[in-house]
Amino acid sequence: MNAAALVRYVLRRIGLAIAVLWAAFTVSFIVLYLMPGDPVATMAGGGLDGEPLTPAELDALRARYGLDQPLIVQYGQHLWNALHGDFGTSVQSGQDVRAAIAEALPPTLQIATAGLVVAIVGGTALAVVATFTRVRWLKQALLGLPSLAVSLPVFWVGLMLVQIFSFGLRLFPSVGAEGPASLVLPAITLGLPTGALVAQVLAKSLDQTLTEPYVTTARAKGVGRAAIHLRHALRNAAIPALTVLGYVVGNLLAGSVVVETVFTRPGIGRLTVAAVGVQDIPLVQGIVVFAAVVFVLVNLVVDLTYPLLDPRIATGATA
Amino acid sequence: MTELLERPQSALPEPVPVQVTRPDRGKLLRFLGHRPGLVLSLLMVAFVLVAAFAPGLLAPGDPGVGDTAERLQPPSPAHIFGTDYLGRDVWTRVVHGASLSLQATVIAVAVALVIGGLIGLLAGFVRGWLDDLLMRVVDVLLAIPAVLLSLALITALGYGTVKVAIAVGVASVASFARVMRAETLRVRQATYVEAAYAVGTRWYVTLWRHVLPNAAGPVAVLAVLEFGLAILAVSALSFLGYGAPPPAPEWGSLVAEGRNYLAVAWWLCALPGLTIAATVLAVNRISRALDGEWRRFR
Repeated sequence: MNAAALVRYVLRRIGLAIAVLWAAFTVSFIVLYLMPGDPVATMAGGGLDGEPLTPAELDALRARYGLDQPLIVQYGQHLWNALHGDFGTSVQSGQDVRAAIAEALPPTLQIATAGLVVAIVGGTALAVVATFTRVRWLKQALLGLPSLAVSLPVFWVGLMLVQIFSFGLRLFPSVGAEGPASLVLPAITLGLPTGALVAQVLAKSLDQTLTEPYVTTARAKGVGRAAIHLRHALRNAAIPALTVLGYVVGNLLAGSVVVETVFTRPGIGRLTVAAVGVQDIPLVQGIVVFAAVVFVLVNLVVDLTYPLLDPRIATGATA
Repeated sequence: MTELLERPQSALPEPVPVQVTRPDRGKLLRFLGHRPGLVLSLLMVAFVLVAAFAPGLLAPGDPGVGDTAERLQPPSPAHIFGTDYLGRDVWTRVVHGASLSLQATVIAVAVALVIGGLIGLLAGFVRGWLDDLLMRVVDVLLAIPAVLLSLALITALGYGTVKVAIAVGVASVASFARVMRAETLRVRQATYVEAAYAVGTRWYVTLWRHVLPNAAGPVAVLAVLEFGLAILAVSALSFLGYGAPPPAPEWGSLVAEGRNYLAVAWWLCALPGLTIAATVLAVNRISRALDGEWRRFR
């Protein structure tokens, strides 16, 4: 193994991650601050009291948020603050944006983790069975399930689960965040579209892996079909499936917006909906950048784990 | 890291050679005869189109007027989708809501197609630093989940059907830009583009007359696929309450209204939601058929 190549690989990945974060900050700045409309007027008009402000008060507000400065100065100021982890204060509550996100994070982490487990277990099981079975119609039916699952509106799936399992069978609570029972329905709702993605990617990768020469070798040596499938093929097929992990986690975070609304749970999703509702620009930007940070971090971890799982990647050898 | 994040480009067809022969009616019937699901999908889309352009044909009543004596009636021959808490016929509201939801979806796809297409066309045609810059921007758009990007845009733009549509459209620009760029890169290598240059055609004429028409095929297939995603995204944002204000029967907000009566009136959520799901399934099925299935059929 070439150490220099590995170091170069790691450095390039970290550099790329930082570049993406900077760009994500810039994109959210452009969207939120350069769009038509005066942020202060909308902030002032969107306040709870809803009383129109006098021009003098508006100017004071502008000065307070630095909006009287030229845009490029504002951008530099915001970027400089963001580099120190300071995304300003929420217009609505006056709370520090970072504190607000940190406070909302634990409940979202709970349903996201539970959703991820549902997605990975369900998606893997479906992919393994679909590629293992020799019954043609069963394989077709199983491989059709993911595209069915992604066609259903997430909010509707959540409400139907509540309808059936909370009001019909009275198995799980319909709202709230107390106890593990309240986690079941949100986790299924959140995990369904994500699991569909996992199943699609993994089934494709498994089908490909099963044509590799080492599978034939193992088969010739008398290893059973099930053992080849689970012990040899699945392990190798899982590596390409890891690439979608960043996307999957981003999906879970985005899905929390709808799922937390449907199940009336606290968390990042509800925070986002509330922030958009009152046009709380600093808070919305904080959440968008936070989502990008999560995406970039997960991808960075995946990219850095790769060479450990598959040494061909760091050395640049082709498979 | 990004290979698998891209849309399945392998699924996009090779450029379809322009067929001069007239479409063979027998082949079309046989093609559809083997695909009952596709026929159902076409019927569903036709139904939605009729609902959008001539709602009166399917539901002659007024979607905003209800009879409070008939409130919260379960589905019956008189009200096949039941009635809501004001006694309004849910079927009528779903049918009349189709135009709003379809309008938002069309705008969203159009925005994504035009902006994404232009970015991809420019990046693929000009190459060099512009290509690098545009594609890096596209990569960043992929790093932010589409829903959050849409929500950020709504924060800036405000509420309403059209604004929601624009927000959804901008959030899905990235995939169009990627496919369009890949196609443009392929087409600009072609001999006829070289020939156009050789006879002194100006670059913008070459781009418009030769590159664009030949690169557009796979992008059009993507647009049909995007339609299904846009219906879902628009209805989710409308469910969250960012669409048209309450009396308007947008599909997403119909489900949101029914949510308060979930325990007593299942049909208020179930049936409008089922309509959304059926529409998305139908559109996705059709996009699969367009995506090479017809060409492979003998």
